[in-house]
Amino acid sequence: MSAIVEEHSHHTAPKGLKRWLFTTNHKDIGTLYLLFSLTMFLIGGAMAMVIRAELFQPGLQLVDPHFFNQMTTVHGLIMVFGAVMPAFTGLANWMIPMMIGAPDMALPRMNNWSFWILPFAFAILLMSLFLEGGGPAFGWTFYAPLSTTYSNDNTAFFVFAIHIMGISSIMGAINVIVTIVNLRAPGMTWMKLPLFVWTWLITAFLLIAVMPVLAGAVTMVLTDKFFGTSFFDAAGGGDPVMFQHIFWFFGHPEVYIMILPAFGIISTIVPAFSRKKLFGYASMVYATASIALLSFVVWAHHMFTTGMPLAGELFFMYATMLISVPTGVKVFNWVATMWRGAISFEVPMLFAIAFIVLFTIGGFSGLMLAITPADFQYHDTYFVVAHFHYVLVTGAVFSIMAAAYYWLPKWTGHMFDIKLAKFHFWLSLVSVNVLFFPMHFVGLAGMPRRIPDYALQFADFNAIISIGGFAFGLSQLLFVAVVYKCIKGGEQAPGKVWDGAEGLEWKVPSPAPYHTFSTPPEIK
Amino acid sequence: MKICRLVVAFIAMLIAIPSLANSAYNMRQGVTDISHQVYELHMTIFLICCVIGVIVFGIMFWALIKHRKSKGVVAAQFHESTKVEILWTAIPFLILIGMAIPATKTLIAMEDTSKADLTIKVTGSQWKWHYEYMGHDVEFYSLLSTPKDEISDLKEKNENYLLEVDKHLVIPTDRKVRFLMTSDDVIHSWWVPDFAVKKDANPGFINEAWTKVNDEGIYRGQCAELCGKDHGFMPVVVEAVSPDKFDTWLNDAKAEKAKAEAESQAVAQQTLSKEELMEVGEQTYMAYCAACHQPTGLGLPGVFPAMKGSKVVTGDIKAHIDILLLGRPGTAMQSFAKQLTIKQIAGVITYKRNSWGNDTGDVIQPSQIQREIDALEEGK
Repeated sequence: MSAIVEEHSHHTAPKGLKRWLFTTNHKDIGTLYLLFSLTMFLIGGAMAMVIRAELFQPGLQLVDPHFFNQMTTVHGLIMVFGAVMPAFTGLANWMIPMMIGAPDMALPRMNNWSFWILPFAFAILLMSLFLEGGGPAFGWTFYAPLSTTYSNDNTAFFVFAIHIMGISSIMGAINVIVTIVNLRAPGMTWMKLPLFVWTWLITAFLLIAVMPVLAGAVTMVLTDKFFGTSFFDAAGGGDPVMFQHIFWFFGHPEVYIMILPAFGIISTIVPAFSRKKLFGYASMVYATASIALLSFVVWAHHMFTTGMPLAGELFFMYATMLISVPTGVKVFNWVATMWRGAISFEVPMLFAIAFIVLFTIGGFSGLMLAITPADFQYHDTYFVVAHFHYVLVTGAVFSIMAAAYYWLPKWTGHMFDIKLAKFHFWLSLVSVNVLFFPMHFVGLAGMPRRIPDYALQFADFNAIISIGGFAFGLSQLLFVAVVYKCIKGGEQAPGKVWDGAEGLEWKVPSPAPYHTFSTPPEIK
Repeated sequence: MKICRLVVAFIAMLIAIPSLANSAYNMRQGVTDISHQVYELHMTIFLICCVIGVIVFGIMFWALIKHRKSKGVVAAQFHESTKVEILWTAIPFLILIGMAIPATKTLIAMEDTSKADLTIKVTGSQWKWHYEYMGHDVEFYSLLSTPKDEISDLKEKNENYLLEVDKHLVIPTDRKVRFLMTSDDVIHSWWVPDFAVKKDANPGFINEAWTKVNDEGIYRGQCAELCGKDHGFMPVVVEAVSPDKFDTWLNDAKAEKAKAEAESQAVAQQTLSKEELMEVGEQTYMAYCAACHQPTGLGLPGVFPAMKGSKVVTGDIKAHIDILLLGRPGTAMQSFAKQLTIKQIAGVITYKRNSWGNDTGDVIQPSQIQREIDALEEGK
């Protein structure tokens, strides 16, 4: 194996567009994924700005309700499938081979394909917004029969786009698993794997388990809508609630797909800047695995109001509450890692600390949502919106930012503009809380989600939320500026950028050479 | 110092929380025993989370302040302890058990829909609620009554903006009222925060919920499940009155229904002028049709068909009437046979056939609608 790679590395990489189009190099593909994800983050964010602008004050001012629904739907789809998931896949591509001492991903050509079908998927999805009747307007959860009988014909584009995204994710996941299982350097035993690798391995199994379920759900939507089947139509013997069971059987593991790699990132960064080994490595691995397993038996907690039998409600309540145990273990381990460390506050660490606090707040609201009787009040209100934005924005997205700042010098060979990056952090931290924290209040006070206009008692908080939203959205342009400047130039970064950082990626120079570990490194 | 002040402020906030009940910040305590229990559960779990948060974040921030590299601290070397891991797995587990017990009790009570004094069937459709008092022959639709001008900022918004309807659902206090939820089209969700009742209305299936209201009053809620374009515009308004007042109301409603039927029969004998039909038609169109087909009659291309120049509207009159009476299965077009009077149906058809450049000149009389209804009944 290593001989083949050796030979390959003598080729000179093609230049220009061809380099990126035909590349099978894990670093190039990682870069493509990351830049794609950043682009989608900005597009999805722009849609959130439209939503917040309309909700700035009561009354309909800017968009009609049908377009508003398209915005909430496509914002959700883009952020989940276009921003967060590709960002983690990009990080996996860049870092996993370097972390385990492998020369590249195990299946490089498939790697190329799994990335290059993504832009087409999102082009199809975004294009449907400009067709007559508009794009999907039934929420990212596309509940039947709103997405079948009562949607317009452009739903076919939505279905096709989701299929392509699913294929891409499955291929990415297969690649991660095959790479980790087969290409670890000699001596890189399972319990020596960096936690980011462990969390991604488990994530990849979740992806393979549930993406086909999503594919099944969209296919049934397609045949119900266009080919006369009645999977979700009671008139033909189907059941609309069955759609929700299928969707959330995908959807709940999906939320862990978006947070387990984040746990891996935080478990990498916190020890680095505490200059102390991660506390409870083994328990972190077991906690991740138990969260993944539990994620398959809690899906119906999204559906407490659909009219489940009491026994079902009780089971899903208990199972959901149980998830907070391994999640708690993780938080406690991070805190124990910091305890009596020698802590410093570089930009990645700032994001990691913000992650721990804010993700935990999202975890608390998650625990509250698990209590079925209380969930009847919280369900489908802004309380839920606050909850999942705390775990996805200040959780997943903050971890991605932390990872980007942590490894940017390794990727580009330049130190980023620290002042600007800190400015980005503090602005984001303040604005994101102005944006999402008051959503708890309006939700509890009774504001349903996905409405384009609201009663007057919600007006004050909504104005504050919108201001926070615009500030957070604009702050992200600073991130773009930092990344751009860092790619263009800056102070030369050493091989080991952070003094407390551990791992094989710091043993190679910065920027990491086009081919690393053509001969496997020695693992002590 | 700063930290101290923050901690004091935080504790002050915690103390202030119980007084936030029924405020714009917190869940409502509501007006039923169940809603009180739900509120208690909510506050208990919230306070537990706060305490855990203060402890965990407190320890973390202590470390962040005291164990800084810039203070010359040298990192300790410890990195595992099975004892500690077991401890912080077991303690949360016990807390959860403590939380699950009251939650289970409340849930069991909430799901007990037996021994109801009154049953009301609640049917959602795009975008209105229909209420049927089972066994009392009283039923009606309940629609948003906020004027369009308030929504489009042309008029000042009133206090109950978007939370007001033309007909309240009236229920008795101190009686167990059971709701049977279903839907005519997509999934809706009937929610009244003050009752802690939120239940999905699924097409083709029936869900159950119940409430027993302690205090008289008007309670407002909204549809909670995304149900299409006007999801934000289908409020729920429930008026709870004493059982005596409720009985009076129910009798009045029955009398009113009989009166309306008699009127309808009378109208079927009359010939109305085109002006009158156009006037009734315009009002009806704006209230019932304009949400989809738009006040301009242009519809939303690709979603809701235009009325202007439409083949149905300018074509065969009988086919046009049939669509209003039967709806169009598999689309958002619902049956209006029960929602509108024959006068309104005649008016709206006349209006559509003579507006926005549709100049068929047709005048449709209520009698014609009645004949079509009778014919359809016989056909069954």
